[in-house]
Amino acid sequence: MPLAPRSLLVPGLAVACAIAIFAACLLGSTPLPAGQVLDALFGGADPADRLVVWSIRLPRALAAFIVGVALGASGAALQGLLRNPLAEPGVLGVSASASLTATFALYYGVVAVTPWALPISAIIGALLATTIIALAAVRTRSVVTLILIGVGLSSFAGATMTLLLNFAPNPFSLADMISWSLGSVANRSFDDITFVAPFMIVGLTILWVTRRGLSALTLGEEAASAVGLNLQHQRILTVLGAGLVTGASVALAGAIGFVGIVAPHVVRPFVDYDPARTVLPSALLAGFILVVADIGVRLMPTDSELKLGVVAAIIGAPAFIWIAIQRRALSD
Amino acid sequence: MTELIVSDITVEAKNATLVQKASFRLSPGELVALLGPNGAGKTSLLRSTLSIESRTSGKATIADIDISSLSPMERAKYISYLPQTRPLAWPNLVRDVVALGRFAFGAGLGQLKERDAAAVGRALRACDLEHLSGRSTNTLSGGELARVHFARAFAAEAPLLIADEPVAALDPRHQFRIMNLVRDFVSKGGGALIVLHDIPLAARYADRIIWMKEGCVVSDGSPQETLSAERLHEVYGVRAKVSGVTVEIEGAS
Repeated sequence: MPLAPRSLLVPGLAVACAIAIFAACLLGSTPLPAGQVLDALFGGADPADRLVVWSIRLPRALAAFIVGVALGASGAALQGLLRNPLAEPGVLGVSASASLTATFALYYGVVAVTPWALPISAIIGALLATTIIALAAVRTRSVVTLILIGVGLSSFAGATMTLLLNFAPNPFSLADMISWSLGSVANRSFDDITFVAPFMIVGLTILWVTRRGLSALTLGEEAASAVGLNLQHQRILTVLGAGLVTGASVALAGAIGFVGIVAPHVVRPFVDYDPARTVLPSALLAGFILVVADIGVRLMPTDSELKLGVVAAIIGAPAFIWIAIQRRALSD
Repeated sequence: MTELIVSDITVEAKNATLVQKASFRLSPGELVALLGPNGAGKTSLLRSTLSIESRTSGKATIADIDISSLSPMERAKYISYLPQTRPLAWPNLVRDVVALGRFAFGAGLGQLKERDAAAVGRALRACDLEHLSGRSTNTLSGGELARVHFARAFAAEAPLLIADEPVAALDPRHQFRIMNLVRDFVSKGGGALIVLHDIPLAARYADRIIWMKEGCVVSDGSPQETLSAERLHEVYGVRAKVSGVTVEIEGAS
């Protein structure tokens, strides 16, 4: 029994995340030595260093981490609910729908009323899409159908976003739209994080508390109900939790795809394929991946900075194709 | 006593009557077979009895409690229900799938409380699965997987067991093995209702047979009383020779 490595999975990932976030504070256009960063973190060092660490690098790294945690957790939960390793907020069109409602709020001046408008509108978009997917999942058992619905939602959201921007009263640039649909955590501040934090906390708590039902769903819906699962509650809560955290992550960073597929897939063999035990390590791994990917984005010597979502998709999309091909060989 | 009493259940869907005024009882200590041709309404009757499927009218109680007033968790503590087998979504370990039988008691996989672990251990032992407990379910044969599902049902240690066609896809040896497990469960005081398609198997194992045809319960009694060539003709439309509880089906009538 390889028990030791398994019980070390979650602590190991947590340490890796902490190290990655710390490394993100060291690295950048002007590398800071570890001692200086530690000083700055605990209120020492000179003001310039403190500014770099506290106002630029740390919030950016934390934003990447939080977005990763959200996508990893909601990917794992949606996969458990739909019993399908290809389910993920990006693939299912949830992120794109959230981007659509978020851009609407931004460019039609709703955000000027209150900064809460951005996360709330993104969450509304995410919840709408998640609800459509969950309702469709009740009607069809086909994996392919759900993903096609996701493709439809994504295309619709993309087209509508372009249309909205054409008519938007506020000026915008193509770069803004690319930021939303590709995702980035550049220039995020602690304020940005604060405005999504409550939704993240509530959503992650819901996903955490309801994770046990995902194990029961392994048996199929009827047998899950027979062993004592309240299917209706499970569906509503998972959809709500995933919608909240995906919406909040889109409000913070735009649509970043595929992390929610890769992380659960890597973690699953280490937790005996139990969907409930996948949620936490998958969240941590996805957080780690995005923090490291964002360090890569910053260090890459390109004229205009790469988008985090681009890096995520370059790693994640081939993984998605790989998992899909494997699955095809097995069953449906 | 935890007796299941179903009275006058009717299930209708889209202008079709799936079950019409069906009544039956299931008590601890008896093994009851539910027989009937495809589409006779057996599955609908079971699902509506458990309030998994909605019914038009009728009532089902367990230990004098209306089943529709129970939460899924409370219900699971009275009745273990094995629906027709569906493939598992993930290649879980045998002991984890069996541990799902303890879901209603709050068991979380990989961190079972002593009470739950003990029940899972007993169920694995009863179904002769101890040597497979660390195996992944996608490496099992059909017969082994069927035993895993029964172990999951037994792990709940509920007084009653309802299983929908549990031996449909199994070879004769494994059919007998599963039916022996059910008989052991009954001899220890459990009550079991098993949907079967194999009439000789039902005649050999059942204390009582409930016969269904076109949504109605047409007969309910011991194999000796209710098993006859006329009955098989009436319910299944087959020609058969019956002597005692030995059945030989000769062809369609």
